[in-house]
Amino acid sequence: MVADVSIPIDPIRFLAPDGELCATAPAREIAAELALTLYRAMARTRAYDGKAVALQRTGKLGTFASALGQEAIGVGVGAAMRKEDVLAPSYRDHAAQLLRGISMVENLVYWGGDERGSDFAVPRADFPICVPVGTQIAHATGAAYAFALRRETRVAVTIIGDGGTSTGDFYSALNMAGVWRVPLVVVVNNNQWAISTPCSRETAAQTLAHKAVAAGVDGVRVDGNDAIAMHHVAARALDKARGGGGPTLIEALSYRLGDHTTADDATRYRDPDVVRREATREPLSRLRSHLTKRGLWNEDAEAKLMRDNAEEVERAVEAYLATPPQSFSAMFDHLFAQLPANMRDQYEEARRFAPNGARHG
Amino acid sequence: MTELTLVEAVNRALAHELERDDAVLLLGEDIGVNGGVFRATLGLQQRFGCERVIDAPLAEAAIAGAAIGMAAMGLKPIVEIQFSGFLYPAMDQLINHASRLRHRTRGRLSCPMVLRAPNGAGIHAPEHHSESPEAMLAHVPGLRVVIPSSPSRAYGLLLAAIRDPDPVVFLEPTRLYRLFKQEVAEDGEALPLDTCFISREGRDATLVAWGGMLHEALAAADRLAEEGIDCEVIDVATLKPLDGETILRSVEKTGRCVIVQEAARTAGFGAEIAALLAERALYFLLAPVKRVTGYDVVIPLARLENQYLPSVDRIAAAVRETMEASS
Repeated sequence: MVADVSIPIDPIRFLAPDGELCATAPAREIAAELALTLYRAMARTRAYDGKAVALQRTGKLGTFASALGQEAIGVGVGAAMRKEDVLAPSYRDHAAQLLRGISMVENLVYWGGDERGSDFAVPRADFPICVPVGTQIAHATGAAYAFALRRETRVAVTIIGDGGTSTGDFYSALNMAGVWRVPLVVVVNNNQWAISTPCSRETAAQTLAHKAVAAGVDGVRVDGNDAIAMHHVAARALDKARGGGGPTLIEALSYRLGDHTTADDATRYRDPDVVRREATREPLSRLRSHLTKRGLWNEDAEAKLMRDNAEEVERAVEAYLATPPQSFSAMFDHLFAQLPANMRDQYEEARRFAPNGARHG
Repeated sequence: MTELTLVEAVNRALAHELERDDAVLLLGEDIGVNGGVFRATLGLQQRFGCERVIDAPLAEAAIAGAAIGMAAMGLKPIVEIQFSGFLYPAMDQLINHASRLRHRTRGRLSCPMVLRAPNGAGIHAPEHHSESPEAMLAHVPGLRVVIPSSPSRAYGLLLAAIRDPDPVVFLEPTRLYRLFKQEVAEDGEALPLDTCFISREGRDATLVAWGGMLHEALAAADRLAEEGIDCEVIDVATLKPLDGETILRSVEKTGRCVIVQEAARTAGFGAEIAALLAERALYFLLAPVKRVTGYDVVIPLARLENQYLPSVDRIAAAVRETMEASS
């Protein structure tokens, strides 16, 4: 079967930046319950995100990659996935991860420099955050193959950035997924910037969604700042994959309102006027305007949500800061299923020079 | 017992595990209908189906990466890379992901995959088909690196590699694929990983080798025996993690060691063995440790490859020098 090669340039959008709903908006997403869920999840992500940046600024967290302005992508995808599906995230995907049940504490522990943050209590099968850009598409392809081989109705989902679509791994894994027709959804968070390199310097392709054409995979463009459209497109791709219809590449258009990470200073390479303009298109105010117009949201609800989120984040920060340090042995304990005999002397050397009180294990 | 070549022994081990464990599957280039360029997977797709013996697109990085995803979801993928010279694109996936998935997730996910590749020179192959990258792989924490030297060791070690819960790179000496046959039990019994094998016992000097070079080392030992020099020959088999104790016990006995390595010299795996001896066997040594290796040059094409590869003459000369240094 050949995928549709006529990918519309105009992204799918149901909510205009002013919150006005388009007449063709899908019933599932505009139902009050789901729309409110999406909004609350985005607000929760933003509350967490802002606190994580603040913690880094005060020396209490390592480098952190903010998702400011891109919350609708992860939330739309995360809310559309089933528990048993598997996510292979990049380092900017805590919006989706939080919705999947990964805790704020785990995410803080990870960015705080402790591998235990990738030992998620749930979901146990999700991949850890992937730092080498684009490499996780192949993992998701292999995971999807495993699901298909075992006749499980699970879907593998991966999220990468626009820069990731320049990598060899992106092309070769998407090509492979097309050949194998595996239940896979590849979401590209096109936030316009790969650190300091704009999308125009990443590719001469008309859109990133068009990269699906050469792989024989369906491609679709969506307004990644419209949570309604984002959920709709993700749910449709997931349904198709689950039904044996093969992979989809989703290009979600957004804008990275923050720095690449806390180690970056985007003012070195971006026009602040453009950033200010893009900020008016961000996903939270858009959905909030819509919900308010429909009478589903008001200032009291907003104030309560902000308060609840702030409390949850504070509790997470307290738990993170109170996390006891790992023993020296954590470096060795999970390298292999069993520590090879010839590493025993290295283990003992580490024990000998470990700080007092950390020599158990 | 059946007489098998090394490549046939590989085939039988793969078939045994495909039969034994539904989670095992093979993926690689041309491994299905064609049975692999060396025929290591001959007949396996016909027997086990194209869902479990997968002809993958020509993309080593994606093959390795997909295998990682499969392994993380509970399958036991066995990747064939057509030649070890073509596994470099897969190094990113091996180093950044396969080797550390268990560690990064504190044991929540793991990566029980095997990556097989024909390895080494000596078959007059085209460019890039004669590489020996084992030291690069052995440097990666979390990877096992195994190189068999005979049909029976290929069979038993490959079974062990497939059953191991962690990633194993299994480098098969191309030159030995059809060099000789050997009786192989085919009983499904694995050989131990992380263990060096003593292939020949001796008193005067220890020769340490792996893969294709084991045969040059054994031939040199035969020649030296005629001169009254009695060599012990060790087959390293698992380079990482290295069974240093077996090598140390031998060198404590002989007091002399010559390390034979096909790969280029600098930062090769022989250097690791020499360092081990410097750290732990210095006071037993009667002569300096010697290395006989490929030169620090690009592996030559067919016309010169025999002058590059450590030969019986070079190995025997090195042992004689070692004997003279301590007489």
